[in-house]
Order: sequence, then C-alpha cells, then structure tokens
Amino acid sequence: MSNTPELPPAEHTETLATPPPAPVSQLHAEPESSLLKRIMTGNGLVSVLAVVLSLVVGAILIAFTDERVTSTASYFFSRPTDMISAVWTSVSEAYIALFQSSIINTSASSFSDAIYPLTETLTIATPLVLAGLGVALAFRVGLFNIGAQGQIILGAAFAGWVGFTLDLPVGIHLIVAVIAGIIGGALWGGIAGFLKARRGAHEVIVTIMLNYIAVYLLLYLLSTPAFQRPGSNNPLSEPVAESAAYPLMFGADFRLHYGFFVALAAVAFTWWLLNRSTTGFEMRAVGANPVAAKTAGINVGRAYLLAMLIAGGLAGLAGTAQILGTERSLSGGIAASFGFDAITVALLGRSSPIGTLFAGLLFGALRAGGVGMQANTGIPIDIVLVVQSFIVLFIAAPPLVRSIFRIGTAKPKNKKAAAPAATGGAA
Amino acid sequence: MKLELRGITKRFGNFTANDHIDVIVESGQVHSLLGENGAGKSTLMNVLFGLYEATEGQILIDDKPVKFNGPGDAMAAGIGMVHQHFMLVPVFTVAENVALGNEDTGPGGILNLEKTRARIREISDRYGFGVDPDALVEDLPVGVQQRVEIIKALVRNAKVLILDEPTAVLTPQETDELLNIMRQLRDSGTAVVFISHKLREVKAISDVITVIRRGKVVGKADPGASAAELAALMVGRSVSLTLDKDAPTLGAETFKVTDLSVLADTGQLLLDSLSFSISQGEILAVAGVQGNGQTELTEAIMGLLDHVSGSISLDGKELIGRSVKQIINSGVGFVPEDRSTDGVIGTFTVAENLVLNQYDKAPFAHGMNMKPAVMLKNALKKITEFDVRTQGPDAAAGTLSGGNQQKVVMARELSRPLKLFIASQPTRGVDVGSIEFLHRRIVAERDSGTPVLIVSTELDEVVELADRIAVLYKGKLVGIVPGDTPRDVLGLMMAGASNEEAETQSGTEGKEPA
Repeated sequence: MSNTPELPPAEHTETLATPPPAPVSQLHAEPESSLLKRIMTGNGLVSVLAVVLSLVVGAILIAFTDERVTSTASYFFSRPTDMISAVWTSVSEAYIALFQSSIINTSASSFSDAIYPLTETLTIATPLVLAGLGVALAFRVGLFNIGAQGQIILGAAFAGWVGFTLDLPVGIHLIVAVIAGIIGGALWGGIAGFLKARRGAHEVIVTIMLNYIAVYLLLYLLSTPAFQRPGSNNPLSEPVAESAAYPLMFGADFRLHYGFFVALAAVAFTWWLLNRSTTGFEMRAVGANPVAAKTAGINVGRAYLLAMLIAGGLAGLAGTAQILGTERSLSGGIAASFGFDAITVALLGRSSPIGTLFAGLLFGALRAGGVGMQANTGIPIDIVLVVQSFIVLFIAAPPLVRSIFRIGTAKPKNKKAAAPAATGGAA
Repeated sequence: MKLELRGITKRFGNFTANDHIDVIVESGQVHSLLGENGAGKSTLMNVLFGLYEATEGQILIDDKPVKFNGPGDAMAAGIGMVHQHFMLVPVFTVAENVALGNEDTGPGGILNLEKTRARIREISDRYGFGVDPDALVEDLPVGVQQRVEIIKALVRNAKVLILDEPTAVLTPQETDELLNIMRQLRDSGTAVVFISHKLREVKAISDVITVIRRGKVVGKADPGASAAELAALMVGRSVSLTLDKDAPTLGAETFKVTDLSVLADTGQLLLDSLSFSISQGEILAVAGVQGNGQTELTEAIMGLLDHVSGSISLDGKELIGRSVKQIINSGVGFVPEDRSTDGVIGTFTVAENLVLNQYDKAPFAHGMNMKPAVMLKNALKKITEFDVRTQGPDAAAGTLSGGNQQKVVMARELSRPLKLFIASQPTRGVDVGSIEFLHRRIVAERDSGTPVLIVSTELDEVVELADRIAVLYKGKLVGIVPGDTPRDVLGLMMAGASNEEAETQSGTEGKEPA
C-alpha cells in the first residue's frame, strides 16, 4: 500500500513502486466503456446539474410562451425593466405553482389541504420508483430493460384478476394479489431474460416487442368474460375487492396508499441485493465484465435470467401499485407511461437504488406539480414533459453540462492512479 | 542523418510520461531503448512519430529543429515505425499494403502497383526478405508480416527505423532472423531504434543502449555490460535474474490429460489429441509461439470451452463436463492470459476482485449475505503480502497498473488450498522486480506439493520455471522435454520440428545467439 505509515528503506521503496501504466494504452482503453454504460452510471453531480439546467430551459420556455412577456418585449429597448419583471413574474409564478402543487400548498386553509400535494407526489412516485428499480437493476447486470411498460401491464393484469375474481380473507387477499402481480411482471421480464441467456437474443428488441404484445394482450383480455365488467362493452374490468386493495393512508380524501411503503421496501431490498448479497455480486460482475465473471465461475446466463425475473417482478409491483392502489379497475391505460418514464428515472438515478428513489420522487413531483401549474397559471403541463426530456438530454451529454458549469474535465480514473505512482517513484 | 531528441517532456495531466529525455540517434547504428513496461519508451516514440505533441522539448534532424503534426510528417522526414501491433490490411496483398497511403495512379485514377512491386522485389532481394509482393498478408506468417512493415518504411525512404517491441510476437528463430535484418539495415546506413525490455536481444544487437526508467533517461550502457547490470539500471536496484529453486520432489501424478481435442465453433481443430500429466510438486511449462493452442488448453481445463473431447482428470475426478465453478471449487487455481479482460473486473474494487471466485464461500459470505468487513480485512492482508500498489482496497482495479492487476489475480488464486495451479503468461507486462517475486510464489506453490501448469510465450520464463517443458505447435504437442533443454532446441520445436529433429538440427547449425 502506498500510504503505509512506516516507510520502508529507500532501496525497498524502489521495488514497491511499479511504473505507471503506459499512457498509450490508457488512450486506447477509454472508448471501451460503452456510451450507454457511461450514461447510466455517470456521476451524481451531473444528474443534479442536469435537473437544474432543465429547469432553466423550462423557465425560458415559460417566459417565451407567456403573453405578458411577449407584449412587453415589443418595447424592450425603451423600457427593458417591464419585460424583465414580466419574465420574473411568469417564471416565478409557474415554479411557485409547481412547488405548491407538488410539495406543500402554503396558501391552504387546513393542514390536510396543505399536505395534499405531497401525498399526490408520493402516489405518482410509487409506480415510478418500483418500475425504475426494475430498469436500474437490469442495467447493473448489463441489460437495457425497455420492457418495464409491458411488465407493469402484466403485473397489473395478474394482480387485478386475483383482486376482482378470488374471494379471500382480508390481508391474505392483498398478499396473494401482490404476489400474483410480481409473478406477472417476472414472467414478462423472464421471457426476455431466458431468450438472452439461452439464445443471446438482444433484450432491447425482445422487451420492446413484449411491450406491444402486453398492450394488445391486455386489450384482448379486457374483452373476455374473465376480465370484462359484466354488462359492459367497454374495455374495463370490475374494481378489485376492498380486501385486495392497498389501504389508503389518510382516508378517502387522499389517493396515497400503503403501496408507497412497498416501494420503499423494494428500494431497501434492491440495495441489499445488489450491494450485499452474493447473487448481487454475481449480477454486478456479469454486468461489468461478463468474460471475467465467466472465468471466475459465475453462470452468466443464469445471472441474466435472474436479473430479468427480478426486474420484471419489480415492474410488476409497480403494476400492483396502479391496480390495487390508485386505479382499482383494469383498463387499457393502467400503465399510463410509467414504464417509459421509469427508464428516465433509472437514468437520472444512475442505476443505483437510492438514486432511483430520489429520481422517482422528483418525477412524481414534476407530474403532480405540472397538473397544478396548468390549473393555476395556464402554463401547459407539456412544459414538464419538456423539462423531463431535457434532463435526459443533459445527462446524456456530461461534457456539455460540465462546460456550462465550468467544472474541470474529470480525468480518466487510471490517470488519477498513475499520479501517486509517479510521485512515489520520484520520492 | 542525425536525429536528436532534446529535452523531450510529455505530460498527461499531472502525470509525466517523459521527463526531459535526450537521445541522439545516428546513421549506421542500432540504438536500443531499454526500459520496463510503462517506463515511457513507447510514449517517446509516439512523440517522435508525430502521434503525440511533446509538452516541452525539440526534435532535431541534422541539427535543424523540426515539428511533426502527424505520422505523415514524420514519414516525410525519413522516420519509419514498425508498431508492436501491425498496421496491415489482412485481405490486401503485400504490394497493396505497401502502396496504401501513397499509391501510384495511372490515367483516370487507376491504381498502378507496378512500381511498388518492383521496389518491394528490390528491397526484398537486397536484404533477403523473401517477400512476394502479390501474396495476401493474411496468408503470411507473423515474422514475414513484420518484414512487410519494415518494407513499408523502407519504400518511403526511412533513414530512421523504429521497431517497437518487435520480438514479442516472434519465435526465437524468427527473432534471430530479425536481428540479422537489423544488422544489415545498420550496415547499409539506416539508423535503427530498437525498443525492448529483453536484455538478451538488446545485448546482442545494440551499438548504443539508452536506459529509461520512469520517464527519465537513467543512463547509457555499454552493450558489453552484463545482463545483471542492465537489469539493475532498468529497475533501479539489483535484481536476481536467476531463480533459485531446488530440484522438484515429485509426488503422485494427480493431473492427467488424455487425448484432449478442442474444436472451434467453426469446426476447426484447435487442439489435437493432447496427452500429458503433471505430478504433485512439479512445474510443467508449455512453450510455444502465441496462438498455437495454449489459450485453448488452459480454457479447456477450466471448463470455459464447448466442443471439448478426451479426458482431463484431477485426483481421479473427470473435469470435462463440469461447470467452471465446480472446477474452481475442486481446487484449481487459474491465472488467465489476459488479466484485464478475464482476470479482474476493472470497475470492481481491489477487495472485490480479491474474492471474485470465492465471494459466496465462508468467510466472505454467510448464506446470501456478503461480509464486506471480512473482504476488507482479506484485501488489506493480501495487498501487503503481494505488494500490490494501490491507493487502497476500495480503489477500482482498473486504476491499477497491469503488473499490480496481475498481483491481485495471483494473490486471489494462490490464497486457497490448491490441487492444481494454472497460470497463463504469469508475468506478462510485469516489471522485472515483480517478476522475481511472482516466480518465487509459483515455485513455493510447487514446493507445497501442487502440480503447476505454466503457459508462457516468453522462452526465458519457460526455461526459468519449468521442471519439464511441453512444446505446442499448431494445436499439437510437439514433445515434452526436460527443463534444461537448450534454448535453440526449444526454438526449433516451437517452429514445429520434432524433439529428435530439433536436437540434430541444432547440433549442426550451431549455437544460440549471444
């Protein structure tokens, strides 16, 4: 070790110091890590800055679409302060509305009204975090799981069927329905994992196709007697039994349900799985270097299959949050766009379970706040979508973010290591 | 022509690869740059060849400063370079490869290779290269491909020819031929820059030796200096170049390979009915030029390949058909050939890499729970024991130099009770000081009664370690000979001659060089 307190005799120092790695090989080694890998595991600072930058872009768009700003712009050169204050007003109003509709409504008359926005944020964040975990976990094993959408649908369909068909005691009914949801998602993810492990089929293509299959399978199911609400022609199921639903946390006035704690538990589980379990060690090894993993005796195919089963199961849980929590009835739109937003959430969370939790909460807040912002200030909720998209864009281009914030270009890791070796040698 | 590098400094960030290097290369000389891997030889040559821009310093040709903005400028100034990895298009003919970059064209842009062909024949005849301008490069042996690279430089009128570790890919015989070619080039007035860390070759060919250590010129050496002196200059302390090992105490023949054949996915025969055995307490070293089936042999034993037939038995248990994990668990330690892709996971910490195939066993895991504290303790112990130079157990393995990554792999594999130890290129890219240490560990493993299989393309290493030597050529076992077999006999066997043929030939042809 280079920083042993006791310095060995001079001659010995020389033997310990190894020459620094050849810079030539460093230059050649750099492109090795794929673009995708760099995007998904980039540094946390970039994620935060990307969010900040995106909010700035959002502010610009809000300013440009505001009528007061456009009218004051016409006489900008005679009285610039008018436009500046108009910009300030429109942007601050919009973001204050966004904040008040997603965190705490400061102008509310009662406590429950004040925290209502926060509960909405948590409600929307629940499926985002769960599905985001699925995408993040698969990514750590080197798989790009685009199939969260399909996995949510299957999870919701399985859980829903148990919820509105079976008649089980309170408590057990919910547990069985949740397990059915996990199985549904795991099945859908597992197909992609199995094909990848056995036949090398690319998971991106397979999961995209499985998304389509899931959408139309759901529509078909909703036209069969087993799923369709009796006496109705709409693609809509009966509501799940009360015994199978996640209990609401704060009564009927709030949508927030105990599925949120399932999401928190899933974060903890995924963290343990990846960082503290032998299975997670195998999975991360396969994700980082499948050849070395195979040489070390790790079954690469099994890791792929297992990863997709668990990823699918997590997305299936997101499906249960929808069907047993917020929606209660199965419809074609049960998964909304949570499966796709989950990819962004995992991306923003840099594929770490904790990061995914925070990214999910942020996206939940943007979604919940966007609705309120549109209602209060007339600024379209699409601005929120634009902000979300810019987050992805900025995360995908770390050098851009760094240059905007004038952060020194991060040196490649191996150079950092080379430096002490070189100084050690000079000593 | 006189080429001078004056005060060349090249920095990457705050890492100095070259520190005020002064070198003067003159016509009609073989000038060797001797230094360990990572000493900065290649960086220096890339600066000279215009691939890197020097942070400080000047390049002078005939005392006039020049500036190269790329290899084109360097070539125009009469500098040619033969890279360690050839820059040839395999599906092109020799003439097409040589012409590539400055092709002669006739009317309408039609390629005219006649002049190039004539030049190739002329050069080939003058130096006795025996290169056919119309042969496809992919059909040529490695040694001949290297000559094509030399021709490429000579056709462009190179007055200074840089050879970057040219002998790494050659058989001993091809090496001798190359050294002869270098002598001829020198005699015809070319300045030859020979980059190497192989003392034997440097001593045999050089007129001037410049020793580089950690980016600095540490001295000039006389070619008459002893190998030990050169090594001491190169490493910066005295090194023992010979390994002290006792005669082996052989135990039972616990490792047996019978009729082992391996097919590629394409159906090509990679290994052809190999049979050999290793006793407890014995080192069998496999010699051969790279790509003659050594990699497949070790991977077949480890269960990493499909299409394996025959039998591999350890302690009477058949290994073929078992999973890699079962084989590792039955007590086989394996140091793979390419540590950075097969041996370590670059993004994992040193501590994690040290348990890469033991992570699920006590004491590192209890059920499914891993024990980071135990892993950390293990890492601290191994880092000290194996002198791994790292910022700490939590540093990513990818930040370590190649030699230190190798120490991590060796530390992992030698830290459990073994019934067989396999090491492929155990010291490739490792500095001379560490080689000594790693060799001692391998011998210690042998002395503890483990059968050891070493695969190395470095004949020095094979001779150093082996109790017996098996020579592989084109997937076949040419023969198994005693450890003290003369180098030239081994060289001939590595080119495919049988044991007996090699011995008679080497008897008539004379001695090894230097």
